[in-house]
Amino acid sequence: MSIEKYRKNFLKEVEERVEEGQWVKMCMQCGVCAGSCPFGPHWEHTPQKIFMMIRAGKREEVLTSDSMWMCTSCYNCVVRCPRKLPITHIMHGLAYLSKREGLMPKNQPTAQFGQLFWDNLTKNGRVNELKLSLGMYFKDGFSQGIKNAMAMQSVGMGMMKAKRLNPMEILGGHGIKDKSGFSAMLKKAKELEDARRKLA
Amino acid sequence: MADMKVAAYICQGCGLGERLDTASLAKIAQKEGKAQVVREHPFLCNAEGVAMIRNDIDNEAVTHVMIAACSRRAKTEAFGFTDVAMSRANLREGVIWIRPDDEASRETTQEMAEDYVRMGCAEVKKMKLPEADPAAVTERRVLVVGGGISGMTAALEASRAGYRVVLVEKTGALGGWGARLYKRSPSRSPYADPQDTGVDAMIAAVTSDGNIKVYTNAITSKIEGAPGRFIAEVSTESGATTTETVGSIVQATGFSLYDANNLPELGYGKSANVVDQAGLEALARAANGGAIKRPSDGGDVKTVVFVQCAGQRDETGKHLPYCSGSCCLTSVKQAMYFKDQNPDVDTVVIYTDLRMPGNGEDFYRSGQNKGVTFTKGKVSSVEATGNTCKVNFQDLILNDQTAIENADLVVLATGQVANSGVDVDAKLKAEIAAAAGDNTLLDAWNASQAEGAVKPISVLNLAYRQGPDLPQLKYGFTDSHFICFPYETRRTGIYAAGPVRRPMDIIQATEDATGAALKAIQAIENAALGRAAHPRSGDLSFPKVRIEGCTQCKRCTVECPFGAIDEDEKRYPLFNQSRCRRCGTCMGACPVRVISFENYSVDTVGSQIKAVDVPDEFSEKPRILILACENDAYPALDMAAMNKEVYSAWVRVIPVRCLGSVNTIWITDALNSGYDGVMMLGCKHGEDYQCHFVKGSELASYRMSKVGDTLQGMGLEPERVQVFEAAITDIERLPRLINEYSDQIAALPPSPFKGF
Ligand code: SF4
Ligand code: SF4
Ligand code: SF4
Ligand code: SF4
Repeated sequence: MSIEKYRKNFLKEVEERVEEGQWVKMCMQCGVCAGSCPFGPHWEHTPQKIFMMIRAGKREEVLTSDSMWMCTSCYNCVVRCPRKLPITHIMHGLAYLSKREGLMPKNQPTAQFGQLFWDNLTKNGRVNELKLSLGMYFKDGFSQGIKNAMAMQSVGMGMMKAKRLNPMEILGGHGIKDKSGFSAMLKKAKELEDARRKLA
Repeated sequence: MADMKVAAYICQGCGLGERLDTASLAKIAQKEGKAQVVREHPFLCNAEGVAMIRNDIDNEAVTHVMIAACSRRAKTEAFGFTDVAMSRANLREGVIWIRPDDEASRETTQEMAEDYVRMGCAEVKKMKLPEADPAAVTERRVLVVGGGISGMTAALEASRAGYRVVLVEKTGALGGWGARLYKRSPSRSPYADPQDTGVDAMIAAVTSDGNIKVYTNAITSKIEGAPGRFIAEVSTESGATTTETVGSIVQATGFSLYDANNLPELGYGKSANVVDQAGLEALARAANGGAIKRPSDGGDVKTVVFVQCAGQRDETGKHLPYCSGSCCLTSVKQAMYFKDQNPDVDTVVIYTDLRMPGNGEDFYRSGQNKGVTFTKGKVSSVEATGNTCKVNFQDLILNDQTAIENADLVVLATGQVANSGVDVDAKLKAEIAAAAGDNTLLDAWNASQAEGAVKPISVLNLAYRQGPDLPQLKYGFTDSHFICFPYETRRTGIYAAGPVRRPMDIIQATEDATGAALKAIQAIENAALGRAAHPRSGDLSFPKVRIEGCTQCKRCTVECPFGAIDEDEKRYPLFNQSRCRRCGTCMGACPVRVISFENYSVDTVGSQIKAVDVPDEFSEKPRILILACENDAYPALDMAAMNKEVYSAWVRVIPVRCLGSVNTIWITDALNSGYDGVMMLGCKHGEDYQCHFVKGSELASYRMSKVGDTLQGMGLEPERVQVFEAAITDIERLPRLINEYSDQIAALPPSPFKGF
């Protein structure tokens, strides 16, 4: 898709393909969201900037930005936005588009965790906490993994005592009854969503 | 008037009876104040007290009443005796409320009260009951100059209120700017779409209104007179001149667009595809709902860029420094011309700040909803080549020097320049600037006076000594007391309305014109009764001159802030009572003191100053005279009293109409009588003045700057006379200021003039 600057092509794409994307044009660039976000200083672009970049047609820069991945869904911005934009939802919608387009930043921890979570969940139809935590600890190599695990040891022990973490799950763990039905359901949902968002 | 009979009433209510020895106050009123009737009363403002006074007036032939009770600003209804001269000694707010209630303060507090009783008696004896100008007449017609939306609104509103109107329009048709618009920004809920201008209906209403007489192709070639009796010559293009008598005037001469030819860097003049907002309205009118075409070749318009603040809010000094407050609305409206016709047209508004007055916010949101793109940025240049333009700008959010290529149409939001005629103070302003070392204005003035230079054209052609048009406030907009009384100009009975007064949109102009029409009507009715217009509305006194004493120095003529004084054929000042606002500036200015009001004169104040009992130099009781502006400083002192703020017992306060009315003789009188200091409290002056009479406090501080010589001549320290700026909100500051000043004076040796 060819994008011309400050024309509406990318904005149109966002309106069609991003959850709540039709709100982006209503931003009045007041900067309240940027000032409210606890992540303000730590990420590349504030929501205000992201929305301006969308209007300026900066597709590549928006979809490769780490901002949407940094959003913690605290909803500070949504509560304060004078124009009532569902900013948090738009951020997640943009993240989804960015992933679909293969543009998300490399080694972005939130993105990595998201992937781990998804893979873990879809495998057995339920989340295997032990494997998910270990997967997260060891994502940066074996020795870092040991360090991470040692650091979290007391939390892990506590959870085990409270029967919130079963060490036996390491052996594969249990799944839901109808795994294939579950996969079919996910597949169908994706199809519907993609058709609706013209992402197919 | 019958023989003068003075009655003094001393109230014992509100704690006065407990705090003060009212019997001795009564004795003072009788012995020193020479009041023929003296009565104490436990509660003077109640029905019985008021009836007592009423009875004395009706049955005892009392002509002059001195009420020693609360501030003259309190109980004005109870004590509203309009058939006698009246003074008020302020014992409550002026004495007991600002002094501590303890044994140590008792003596000085009583002395204060005694002085105020002496002052009140002295004042009232010098007062006369003001009688309205016996020559007061009025013509109940309003002249409206300018037939745009503002002018037509003023005319229609005046007509609906039952007044006849003469409407003079310079061009061949009514309608002004409004008639050149395709549509206007919305004036009704939901404020979402451009709306029909309604100008045609307005023109029809005006032309079919039997109360409104319309002249087109006509100007006011001469206006003389005063409120209630203006004589206007209306000259038409054909050369015919008609004389119209009117009571008041509304000037609604509107604005011209800032000339986009001054903006070649934004591509104006280089391509037909760069237009100003008026240019776009013309294109839209031509398209009349169809697609607006590219002017250069009639091609389709796919992208339009709106450049906000073109030649406005300029900091370089080359263009307009101000915001016109209406062009953002216009750009949103114009972007909708495209979007409503074809949503696929890209419309980009490049702004630094969007100014959306009133319900404009809803309109802005509607523009966003329709897909108008708003980009915060500053346009540096427009390159116009062939059939398209490249708009270079700095994106202020993304901090990016960038550009929009291939714009088919660029619209420049240039601003409003007031059509206000000749700047009557141009020379004065230039001279003041030159005296401060800046010659640019003076050079410009000289150039404008050179042979063959284009002279600004007067709008009103007033035959006033002070010049042919309304004075200008700032940036060429006509006068307005913008803080307190925005319609008021410094020419009584002439009201500016609409964009000639300040930049504004149609909604604001309509409101403005409605208000101005009502002010014009009020001026007519005041003139009929010989009453003052704002801020002393209803005042019947007016300056009287003992012309035999006049030395023709012209100070009154020059200093009157309202241009009320002309010159007669023998070069004596000629007062136009109905132009006068009763500020007393002329009285303060007159070096031979021949100007006075019936109830306010050099004597009414002078005799109060002299009535104060100044203790001798050994008593360690300094006396300080405070002359306080009655509009701000005096009310602030009253409010300080309500808050029980304490201030020095050495001061004696006299309210004045305006510091401008302070005649320097009062200062010399005070110093000669042994006062140790004089403190003047007046409003802020300068560019952001607060003075009700615009120039009064400024003139006062100028006059007082010369008092230094007098002090030196008397061998007195310069700090004995000081002017302070005071605002009505200075409720805590003023008592502090007074105390500091009185400490300062107490530290000086006593005045050597005591006891003379
Ligand atoms: S708070 Fe809302 S309107 Fe303001 S910049 Fe953020 S998204 Fe835009
Ligand atoms: S919801 Fe996301 S974008 Fe909004 S303030 Fe919180 S972290 Fe920032
Ligand atoms: S109204 Fe808008 S375009 Fe006009 S000067 Fe003000 S900010 Fe600029
Ligand atoms: S100076 Fe004031 S009181 Fe005197 S004529 Fe002018 S307006 Fe009236």
